[in-house]
Amino acid sequence: MSDIDARLDQWLKTNTYHHSDFWDLRELVKAKEEAGLTISLCIPTLNEEATIGKEVIVFKSELMDRYPLIDELAVIDSGSTDRTLDIAASFGADTYLSSDILPEYGDKPGKGENLWKAIYQLKGDIICYVDADIKNIHPRFASALVAPLIYRPEVDYVKAFYDRPLAFSDELRPSGGGRVTEILVRPLFSMFFPELTALMQPLSGEYAVRRSVLESLPFPIGYGVETSHVIDLYQAKGLDAFAQVDLDKRVHRNQSTVDLGKMSFGILQTFLNRIQANGMVSDLPDLHGQFRQFLAEGHRYELTRKEIVEEERPPMISLPEYLIKHDR
Amino acid sequence: MSGDRVVFYREKLKSLREVLFANIVMAAELPAPTGKEERLTDFLCHRFTEYGLDNISLDEAGNAAGVLSGESMERNILVAAHADKVWKDSEDHTVTVGAGEMSGRGIADNSLGVAALATLPLALELLGITLKSNLILLGTTRSFGRGNLEGIRFFLNNTEREINSALCVEGMQLGRLSFASLGMARGKITIEIPDGCVSGMCGVVDALTQVGSRLVEMAGESADESELLIGSIEAVSGYNVPPVSGCIRFEIRSSEAAKVSEIEKQIFDLVAGFQTSVTLRADLEMFAHRRPGKLESGHPVVTEAREVLGALGIEPRETPSISELAPLLNHRIPALTLGVTRGEHRHLANESIELAPVFDGLAQLVAMIEFMDSHDLSFD
Repeated sequence: MSDIDARLDQWLKTNTYHHSDFWDLRELVKAKEEAGLTISLCIPTLNEEATIGKEVIVFKSELMDRYPLIDELAVIDSGSTDRTLDIAASFGADTYLSSDILPEYGDKPGKGENLWKAIYQLKGDIICYVDADIKNIHPRFASALVAPLIYRPEVDYVKAFYDRPLAFSDELRPSGGGRVTEILVRPLFSMFFPELTALMQPLSGEYAVRRSVLESLPFPIGYGVETSHVIDLYQAKGLDAFAQVDLDKRVHRNQSTVDLGKMSFGILQTFLNRIQANGMVSDLPDLHGQFRQFLAEGHRYELTRKEIVEEERPPMISLPEYLIKHDR
Repeated sequence: MSGDRVVFYREKLKSLREVLFANIVMAAELPAPTGKEERLTDFLCHRFTEYGLDNISLDEAGNAAGVLSGESMERNILVAAHADKVWKDSEDHTVTVGAGEMSGRGIADNSLGVAALATLPLALELLGITLKSNLILLGTTRSFGRGNLEGIRFFLNNTEREINSALCVEGMQLGRLSFASLGMARGKITIEIPDGCVSGMCGVVDALTQVGSRLVEMAGESADESELLIGSIEAVSGYNVPPVSGCIRFEIRSSEAAKVSEIEKQIFDLVAGFQTSVTLRADLEMFAHRRPGKLESGHPVVTEAREVLGALGIEPRETPSISELAPLLNHRIPALTLGVTRGEHRHLANESIELAPVFDGLAQLVAMIEFMDSHDLSFD
């Protein structure tokens, strides 16, 4: 066994959990209170009226009213045209339009923008991000992610991962390693950051992070936000800053291969930018944002072109407004 | 119970909105096909544990029970909700929450009933109600189809506690007031080609058609108070493969046990006629029976239920039941089946419930429990 393999093996033993390891929510709340931590749960949304109500109901009832683990439950929306915000508010979530937060910095499209602005808007020492499109929502999607941060002060960033079933329908897809992870990200990590291959699902949208870490990270606002987080934190603090939790099955809307192509392009931009900035490669060509795909209809092939530019927001700690609001 | 009081209960219970709604979502997203209800009964047990109930247990039939011990503990009130759903494990149990409604497989039947059961201890606590009687909360198993109410039957046949009165909770419809249970018999007629026989392309189908036609005639001949329902007709094959077997499932319902037996006998004779065929074999299997039973329309619990519903502005709909109520009445326990809210599309993938009326439904349950707690009720 190589040194890296041994290291990964050891890390998997110590920093990989199953959600059932944290079944005792009463104990978890007690530990959180003893640690003097506050926790914010952030759900970024864009037209999620079908699932947002359920997520808010379950998290609020189970993790605020029944077990006071979460101190703040917020929905940060990119400008939904459906009833996402109304429904979320009607069930007790704090709701914000991303464009209303730090308006002097403008409003950029992309989920990463919401995640970045959440750091400014929310109050918790820990911020737990949970995607809004989970169909089989359960309190564990938040409680099990914050648990390692409560019990282990040396852990800064906790990622979710899920079962990998053998079969799934076209309509709904249980999350496994994910196609983009297995075809793009894991090969890249294997090549450049082999220790990060231990993260089962580095792109998962469910993770909990200490504010002290989040505020220091730059934020790509598009597809690359999770990839950049993982690389940046790894380079700053090493693998031991991470933990991961198996949340069993997660069911969400399936994405088309075309959409996954766009996602991969955005992630690749972020990745190449990172390794170039770190001096791991040189002489890369201009990392433009033109992504080309072809639609075939019979013998006719139509070129589609999409501009995918992975803009980055600076670390929140660099904003004067943030320093004032959060007494930094 | 004064009308003002139950209305006060309804308004106060609205503060349990998140708890109740979360219970509905969590109960609905756990698959619980008949005979495989463990995930849902475990959920109920966890809830009972959180509320500090006594005697929390899963019995041999898989029923989940918890007891909210009363002050005097002289009487026992049972509140039961069947945990099983008509949906298979593999079906999508996702719940959608909209403004004012929830939808998803099994949301009304009977995830809402189970959720109401799980929320009752908190409702009583919120309203400051302390019961003299023990309140036994029971999530029952094996209610549907071949389950034949085995869960509630096991409980009633084996519990050491005398049950003095009972409520059965169904998710919908609010206003339902069942105090009578129909006699019922469920069965399956199987037609098959014995090994080695050849019956042509249409042998089984012809036979099924004949039997089905005769059953339809019998259904038409049934007395007013009796029904013969054909549930399904199946003959398994491909387009160009003659079926070697097929079946008809049926249900007989009547308010009189003798009528059920009479129709069952007619079907037995019909099937026996086919037994003489060389090329086809017919079998009759009866797998579920209920004996009819009823409380008098003027029984105090029935009268009180009407008053409670009236106070909430709900018109009672007095309909007989073939569910958990039957064995309770057979055990001569004063019992009712009540619904919690209004809903639609029962047993369809888009089954839905209205959220606003659930507080009427919950208030109604609390009011009836209070009534049962304060009255020494007999069956007659």
